[in-house]
Amino acid sequence: MKELNIENLRIAVDGQEIVRGLTLRVPRGEVHALMGPNGSGKSTLAKVLAGHPDYHVTAGKVLMDGENLLELEPDERARRGLFMAFQYPSEIPGVTIANFLRAAMQSRLPEGEELEATDYYAKLYEKIELLGMDRSFTSRAVNEGFSGGEKKRTEILQLAMLEPKYAVLDETDSGLDIDALKTVAHGVNSLRGPDLGILLITHYQRLLNYIIPDHVHVMVAGRIVRSGRKELALELEERGYDWARDGAIEPAFR
Amino acid sequence: MKTETSAVNIDRSKGDFFYPEAHVRDAGAGLSERTVRYISDVKEDPDWVREFRLRGLKTFLEKPLPTHWASKDLEAIDFDKIRYYLSPGTEAKRSWDEVPDDIKRTFERLGIPEQERKFLAGVEAQFDSEAVYSNIKKAVGEQGVIFVGSTEGLKNYPEIFRKWFGKVIPIADNKFSALNSAVFSGGSFIYVPPGVKVKHPLQAYFRINAENFGQFERTLIIADEGSEVTYMEGCTAPKFNTPTLHSAVVELVALKGAKIQYITVQNWASNVFNLVTKRGLAQENAEVKWIDCNIGSRLTMKYPSVIMKGRKARGEVLSIALANDGQHQDTGAKMIHAADETTSNIISKSISIGKGRATYRGLVHVPKHLKHCKNNTECDALLINATSRTDTYPAITVRGTGNAVQHEASVSQVSAEQIFYMQQRGLSEAQAMSLSVNGFVNDLVRQFPMEYSVELKRLIELEMEGSVG
Ligand SMILES: Nc1ncnc2c1ncn2[C@@H]1O[C@H](COP(=O)(O)OP(=O)(O)OP(=O)(O)O)[C@@H](O)[C@H]1O
Ligand SMILES: [Mg+2]
Repeated sequence: MKELNIENLRIAVDGQEIVRGLTLRVPRGEVHALMGPNGSGKSTLAKVLAGHPDYHVTAGKVLMDGENLLELEPDERARRGLFMAFQYPSEIPGVTIANFLRAAMQSRLPEGEELEATDYYAKLYEKIELLGMDRSFTSRAVNEGFSGGEKKRTEILQLAMLEPKYAVLDETDSGLDIDALKTVAHGVNSLRGPDLGILLITHYQRLLNYIIPDHVHVMVAGRIVRSGRKELALELEERGYDWARDGAIEPAFR
Repeated sequence: MKTETSAVNIDRSKGDFFYPEAHVRDAGAGLSERTVRYISDVKEDPDWVREFRLRGLKTFLEKPLPTHWASKDLEAIDFDKIRYYLSPGTEAKRSWDEVPDDIKRTFERLGIPEQERKFLAGVEAQFDSEAVYSNIKKAVGEQGVIFVGSTEGLKNYPEIFRKWFGKVIPIADNKFSALNSAVFSGGSFIYVPPGVKVKHPLQAYFRINAENFGQFERTLIIADEGSEVTYMEGCTAPKFNTPTLHSAVVELVALKGAKIQYITVQNWASNVFNLVTKRGLAQENAEVKWIDCNIGSRLTMKYPSVIMKGRKARGEVLSIALANDGQHQDTGAKMIHAADETTSNIISKSISIGKGRATYRGLVHVPKHLKHCKNNTECDALLINATSRTDTYPAITVRGTGNAVQHEASVSQVSAEQIFYMQQRGLSEAQAMSLSVNGFVNDLVRQFPMEYSVELKRLIELEMEGSVG
């Protein structure tokens, strides 16, 4: 089955349970929005999908196209097609975006095969243009001294270059001005297609006007309390999280 | 990139092999007057060199180990077990075809003859105690450039050799310069005539093949007025279980307006004590630049220095040290300003991995009577693991007014978040770390010659691969 399948997932950090029995399926070709109040565990979920070592999965499973994701090292997950756009991307002093992405793409090639430099740069410049960035940007060190918006754009640039099967975008819209939001949304939309499944974490309905989701899920205190179509986001904006929580099948509490 | 050739192939994994010993000349284990006399006899030293060696021995025996400031690990060197002179008993050849087979194969495996063809102006290859090959491109030789081993230098060019030998670094400079003075063998002698600019680098490659051995090469480079030369040295040794000692002395003399650039890439196995004294003298308007890269070894102690003796002389040290688990890189630089308007620059970057330890020791000296001298010192340390260690001991004595010094130091750590971020893009932990390290040294490496920076990057990658699970 071509989907990212999260089943009854429980995650703890420092003995405290943060994600508490979460089930979610993202088939390829679909965009699922995940919304929820601060601290509800959205980033924790994203990091665990990517294999962050600080978090412990205490129960449940995650399958990517039927393969047990939780057994793999973070870099193996990435090479097999999982991408995460970080809410707070790290800086890598001295390493240029061009060199970084080149190393990342090289890591996906079989041993002994060398990335073709001219093809690489052609693709890089094409994506740079798609995201309304300047070419000179590629010779700056990754995220070093970047503005909040520049960091988010750089995450999407990497997404566009690496062409994953599943992408988890953690609040890629936060910190973007309206023009940047449109360009980034345009970038993401141009990547949409039958081969890519997207889990879009956001607080704002606004983004969903530009990246129209197939499904919307509301997460409260470590669980999905409501799921619906794109209209759910609008309703949520009007009524707030209390409404979402009250309507839950079983009460979620922290 | 595929098309780039690297300058000095000192990949330790490639260097970790040895051939059975076939030495004809062997001074035996331990150090005494007899050892020194044996070396003198075998090398047919002139009297002044015999005396020089004996003075070296006396000073070495008198001087205590510098353990009051340096690592106590020095005590692990058993001077009685080391063999101080080993050679096949033949002279350095001018053609690789004449070099004994096993030795020739050693250097072929290290890629030396190939690089010589590609981009070097001359090569000297030393195997244990003696140069086995030494050659200079015809065109360079015709300009009057001399590039021979130290033994040949002192015999065939005594007037120039003797004038400077032991003058920049006196016998008694430190215990290990005294040791080298007693038993030195091999190393290069270079003389560049006035105004001659040697376009391509001259390279020496120092190879240790034997166990329980000490290599004590001695290099003297004299760049006459207005001349320019770049010298590169590379070194490797197989990994033995017993300590190996490498204790060289390198003296550089840049006469009025001359420029010497000395590049070192060292990638020693983790049983090597690397205790080297390097110093350059820069006359009026001359420049001495050390590019010094230390990877591997058990303990390295090395502080390249420049004495700026003439007005407007310049000194520079750019260094990178990488201390892996169980290694201690104790490196730094000394800048002695001895004339007006002299300028010096020190940029040092160290990386400590695992329980590795990097120490920076710097000395900048500007006496009171001088005017318009400048020094810039930057030393940055990168710690890879929580157990990694770095210390900095800058000693800056700048007196008088109108002299300017600038000192910056930083310590940074590769964070787990950074590594995770890179892994999320598909890089293995080792690749992520080597990319961070390359990023850290990048602005410095950019100032190195191309072939050299390519080699360095590759070495860093190898080192990081070896250090991660
Ligand atoms: N490494 C950690 N150590 C301790 N607590 C953590 C850690 N990571 C997350 N938490 C806690 O888990 C909870 C969920 O955090 P998380 O970042 O997943 O929330 P979020 O839904 O992404 O919130 P936001 O909308 O503000 O980004 C918070 O209470 C947070 O403090
Ligand atoms: Mg979050």
